[in-house]
Amino acid sequence: MRLFPPLRSLVLLGFALGSADLQGEDGLALLRGGDKELVGGATTVFDDTANAFSLPIRNLSEEHRAAFFVGNSFFKKNWVMSTASTSARDGLGPLFNARSCSSCHFRDGRGRPPEDGEPMSTMLLRISLPGRSAHGAPRPHEVYGDQIQGFSTGQLPAEASVLVHYQVSEGHYADGETYKLRRPVYSLADLGYGPVGTNLLVSGRVAPAVLGLGLLEAVEDQALRKLEDPEGRRSSDGISGRLNQVWSLELSRMVIGRFGWKAEQPTVRQQVAAAFLGDMGLTTSLFERPNQTSQQQLLDQGFSESGPEVSDRILADVVTYSKTLAVPARRKPNDPVVLRGERLFHQIGCAQCHVPSLQTGASAGMPELGGQTIYPYTDLLLHDMGEGLADGRPTFEASGNEWRTPPLWGLGLLSKVNGHTFLLHDGRARGIAEALLWHGGEAQSVRERFVQLPKEDRAALLTFIESL
Amino acid sequence: MNASQPRQLVIGVALFLGLGADLWGSGRVEPPVTRQAVVAHYCKLVYASYQESAQAGLVLAKRIEALLALPSAETMQAAREAWLQTRIPYLQTEAFRFCDGPIDAIEGRINAWPIDENYVDYTVDGPSAGIIAAVDRYPTISRGLLVALNEKEGEKNISTGFHAIEFLLWGQDLNETGPGSRSHQDYAVQGGAKHAARRGEYLRITARLLVEDLESLVAAWAPGKSDNYRARFLSLEADEALSAILKGLGSLSGPELSGERLTVPYETKEQEDEHSCFSDNTHNDFIGNVLGIQNVYLGRYVRLDGKMVSGPSLRDLLARFDASLAERLKVEIQASLDAAKAVPAPFDQAIRGKDSSPGRLAIKKLLKATLAQTESISKAAAALSLRLKL
Repeated sequence: MRLFPPLRSLVLLGFALGSADLQGEDGLALLRGGDKELVGGATTVFDDTANAFSLPIRNLSEEHRAAFFVGNSFFKKNWVMSTASTSARDGLGPLFNARSCSSCHFRDGRGRPPEDGEPMSTMLLRISLPGRSAHGAPRPHEVYGDQIQGFSTGQLPAEASVLVHYQVSEGHYADGETYKLRRPVYSLADLGYGPVGTNLLVSGRVAPAVLGLGLLEAVEDQALRKLEDPEGRRSSDGISGRLNQVWSLELSRMVIGRFGWKAEQPTVRQQVAAAFLGDMGLTTSLFERPNQTSQQQLLDQGFSESGPEVSDRILADVVTYSKTLAVPARRKPNDPVVLRGERLFHQIGCAQCHVPSLQTGASAGMPELGGQTIYPYTDLLLHDMGEGLADGRPTFEASGNEWRTPPLWGLGLLSKVNGHTFLLHDGRARGIAEALLWHGGEAQSVRERFVQLPKEDRAALLTFIESL
Repeated sequence: MNASQPRQLVIGVALFLGLGADLWGSGRVEPPVTRQAVVAHYCKLVYASYQESAQAGLVLAKRIEALLALPSAETMQAAREAWLQTRIPYLQTEAFRFCDGPIDAIEGRINAWPIDENYVDYTVDGPSAGIIAAVDRYPTISRGLLVALNEKEGEKNISTGFHAIEFLLWGQDLNETGPGSRSHQDYAVQGGAKHAARRGEYLRITARLLVEDLESLVAAWAPGKSDNYRARFLSLEADEALSAILKGLGSLSGPELSGERLTVPYETKEQEDEHSCFSDNTHNDFIGNVLGIQNVYLGRYVRLDGKMVSGPSLRDLLARFDASLAERLKVEIQASLDAAKAVPAPFDQAIRGKDSSPGRLAIKKLLKATLAQTESISKAAAALSLRLKL
């Protein structure tokens, strides 16, 4: 919804005036003027409260308004198991991780990993066996499938409880300041369907924040292909980067993967439908079969004569909602410390993968998202992040060492929205500095430069990232 | 800062014009309404509104004690009436939300909705559902437990606040013509319903917590303190404070009221998406919300006893910059209020049926009215040259 449209020009004017003297002398392509604040272009919203991730894009058309709010309602609501009195919100399970989307994406934000010994609730454990299945997808465990569902509606036993234990290691920056990193080690208890075998691959996955997905989807394939550099020819650091190629259920062919920690989903719609099925046990027209394996007795067929548990209309509204959740404007982009951090961000090489700016193409069906210059700080490419972060669990083109560059927009508001700053795919990093220290593989030399920075520069870099 | 000079010029011109109009009009010179005066008066409104909410909340807590001491149809009814009475001032205070003030830190435990009722207590589909029946998992119902469980693992997992209390006083609304009809036997420890003692303790704790939270808001906005939120708010640049005030109005009017509270139930036709679904009081919630917006705009608050707090208003300030917009917004807010009063009760029945049904037409009218006033609130911010953050 366009709440305060006439202000835009004023804001832009103010920043253009204020930033006239900010040109970098070192030739770095720092962002200038009003652009710095409008991370989502005309879709950007201005909110730095706990509600910052929950607003619709600023230029949302009247046509999509109802879908946004109805989608929001279904995103929040708890699904229940099917009862005699059917309603629009039943069909949960029989196996599930959560009862609602907002359970893990609280306030449309990010999940939190459990502390040592705490039950896992707003993240989950992906599993598979070595090898690949059709189209290169992970090979599911023959009994437990591709994800541990810790809850059931009672018709079937729950699969298992996931326990986490953190191994702590120590290190120090070049100036001698020490840090501690923690690595999660998972184990399974209360197995509902017998032993899992000895060759199970596991990968912890925290629910990422939902903001700006429609904009990322609106970036044209061609623009992303231009960023690819599989041989690492363009980077003096040997940074390569390639797109994942994944199976599109809608098109029945391989397409570019964009969403998920390994870029394993091609569209917001497929991502949402996969989460409905995998995380909540809800069928859609995209995933018509329930989420049990053939060795888990099918009590709930999921797809009945009346159609999937989540109707196409509800699915469409939740997809519209997910695509039109706005990115919040940056705070204090012209603060001197932030500017210093921004320069360092480029100098030490972060921007090679966390590419500041992308352009959206024409967005079919949702013109609000098209033609925008956006600042997600991602290239959406897969990068080898080294052994330290590797999960050893290949997903389509992504090897066990490879991860998709996650967008950085909104990162500075995470603590306000979700009350924590646990980062990376499994939430192991307790803040931005630790996340940076986990970078390895292609990012090893960037990491080294970070470690070498004096304390004040490190702080400035983090302040910049927090301004995003 | 260079950028502020043009605005000072604008204010200067407006001041001159405003003064001139008064001289010609009434023949006596009114001091022009300043930004600072509007902000200072807003603090008075906020304080008075929370004070009345807290006082009403205290009556509610006392009536709940009386219900628990002697559960009867009468004590139950008295507690329900106190809940409804507390809603009158509280709903108006929602115009003070959405700007990172003291309320925004604790709003989730005061008025989170829609609540998944089986998170708290039994329902027709879940006879042993909820925290109250979970004796093994939660052996003791305590303040700490209920606070920790509120909004845990889901935005609908609501254990505290107005709507948890509402559910505990009314129960599920399974009646087409009226609200829920929970029996007072649910609180009869001897010979009454299962878990009556735990349910009573739950209700007592949530009522006390509500009072405690409302009183903390009163303290945050109390005058004459040097270290509370009001003191900090008054020390802000007047434009920053005005931006916060307008952001609150715009957010309540737009995404919250027209979006979540009206569009969603209008589209889904589900009782579950209704704000006060157990008590069938949703129509009054709309009135309270619009009244809250009107209070801030007109700089006044009518106390429960009919006495009025009034002073320099946003409308007065806006009129100095754009008199026709100031008047239009006033008319639009009044139109919303009239439309809110025309929404028939119970709301869960009014949302059903064809779009041409009187209930749906009335709701649609309110929906459109709130959208129109939201647009004008955004224009007001621009007319006041505010760099509003929304």
